[in-house]
Amino acid sequence: MEVKDIIKEENKVYSKPALLDDVHMHYCPGCSHGVIHKLIAEIVEELDITEKTVGVSPVGCAVFAYNYVNVDWVEAAHGRAPAVATAISRLWEDNVVFTYQGDGDMAAIGTAETIHAANRGENIVMVFVNNAIYGMTGGQMAPTTLIGQKTATTPYGRRVDLNGYPIAITKLLAELDGTCYVTRQSVHTPGAVRKTKAALKKAFQNAMAKKGTSVVEIVSTCSSGWKMTPDEANKWMAEHMFEKYPPGDIKDNA
Amino acid sequence: MKEEVKLMKGNEAIAHAAIRYGCDGYFGYPITPQSEVLETLEALMPWETTGMTVLQAESEVAAINMVYGGAASGKAVMTSSSSPGISLKQEGISYMAGAELPALILNVMRGGPGLGTIQPSQADYFQATKGGGHGDYHLIVLAPASVQEMVDFVALGFDLSFKYRTPAMILADGIVGQMMEKVVLPEQRPRRSEEEIRRQCPWAANGRKGMRTRNVVTSLELESSKMEEINNRLQERYRAISDNETRWEELDTEGADYLIVAFGSMARICAKAKDIAKEKGIKVGIVRPITLWPFPAEAIRKAAEGKKGILCVELNAGQMIEDVRLSIHDAIPVKHFGRLGGIIPSPQEVVEALENNFIK
Repeated sequence: MEVKDIIKEENKVYSKPALLDDVHMHYCPGCSHGVIHKLIAEIVEELDITEKTVGVSPVGCAVFAYNYVNVDWVEAAHGRAPAVATAISRLWEDNVVFTYQGDGDMAAIGTAETIHAANRGENIVMVFVNNAIYGMTGGQMAPTTLIGQKTATTPYGRRVDLNGYPIAITKLLAELDGTCYVTRQSVHTPGAVRKTKAALKKAFQNAMAKKGTSVVEIVSTCSSGWKMTPDEANKWMAEHMFEKYPPGDIKDNA
Repeated sequence: MKEEVKLMKGNEAIAHAAIRYGCDGYFGYPITPQSEVLETLEALMPWETTGMTVLQAESEVAAINMVYGGAASGKAVMTSSSSPGISLKQEGISYMAGAELPALILNVMRGGPGLGTIQPSQADYFQATKGGGHGDYHLIVLAPASVQEMVDFVALGFDLSFKYRTPAMILADGIVGQMMEKVVLPEQRPRRSEEEIRRQCPWAANGRKGMRTRNVVTSLELESSKMEEINNRLQERYRAISDNETRWEELDTEGADYLIVAFGSMARICAKAKDIAKEKGIKVGIVRPITLWPFPAEAIRKAAEGKKGILCVELNAGQMIEDVRLSIHDAIPVKHFGRLGGIIPSPQEVVEALENNFIK
């Protein structure tokens, strides 16, 4: 039997979502963004909300998310995605609006916008990709960088006396009355990907039902920034990141 | 229909004018001396009538980024603030200029630098007309001299910003924001329907209705040749704005020996100074730039012909004077008169400045 005998419509068990563009991604091998983009594309398709979905992309590696997921996008200034999403969501009540933010975007420069949008209970989804590093700018310390973790700006490891503690911002957001669903997931194994998809779907459904702000943190890898192979990065993440950022639902009032 | 004449503050008038224009959303943060804009909007509850959204943001930075989001989705949105708050908004303003978005921004200027004072000033002229934020861009800058113009410039500012897809700013000073005058409010216009917005703004990101091609609103372009194209397009648009939208007002410029150039509330004070000077036998004309950008350079050049000197009267240390001197290529003497720190000069002081600089 040859390959051409196997690649047939009747043998198809999986295909990429139509909303995920057939283009080369700029992401590094092993990067979590590609998987997360795919999940969002699948969910928008499955919920049949392409005509009313607006994504707000951040500054960081996912700045080009608009080149990969075929929905309307607004590219926000660094950290301001929740403010941008607030206005679109309020001005277009039927729309489903989500932000896609990295750790620097969400937990450093955009902390105020993030906390206040969540506290107002904006009917949006915040997708939070936490890879504990600034990928786009070349691997500098993020607010979520672990103690001892080496980055371009903590070359000898993050020190509490110099840099303070890593922030578990999702836990903080769960404290706010405006959030209806706060969860932490990952995409490093097939099982984890399935759980993340279920979490994202629930979050989008919450936004459609106007239940308040849903936050889906996805503990992620940055093999380039961490200077590891994709496989090493997945292992390192599970061994080190989950201690500070344990996967699971933090809040579910929806 | 009988004209609806009201007595109100400039800041209150802005709120009424925004609702009546059919504005879709206002996003602001309190700061003196313009908090009445947000207060009046909250009291009028336009979400119950026209459906306009009003939101007190957590900061000026958040407010301008809400405006960015609203504008990116095709809605007619605005914010207001005063000098220190406008400094914070420069990030969002630059992004809107880069992403070619229409929006209206009101600055009711107070004295600076820093926290400065809550008293009136015109010291943000440079910031408003020369860019303010990073990158090569201009705002359309309208300078109201009365409460009536505060009202009229809401519609004008929105219309121009949508026509040219670039943010417009009403650069008012604390006097115009705080003083009460008679004002005629325009009739209520309906807000555009979502269908009308989709027709008017086919570029806006508000969902791929009818499965149309995706819209992306961004100011980012990493390929240099494309970024240069975008910049050239912006510059071309600024030239079109300069050619078509320059506005000014002249008072008794013909036959005058001297010229005063002043904008906003200072032009009102200078009009009185002109009358006092006339009684003293000094013939003065006034040019009042209404658009500070584009600047009425040609009008000033023509008005300056045959004059003995120009006095620039500004509530700052001399900012617009640079544009006036460029307009006339220093063909005649140009002098500055202004008070700082929130002090408003009297018409007599303006006449004295004229005499001291050119006559004595």
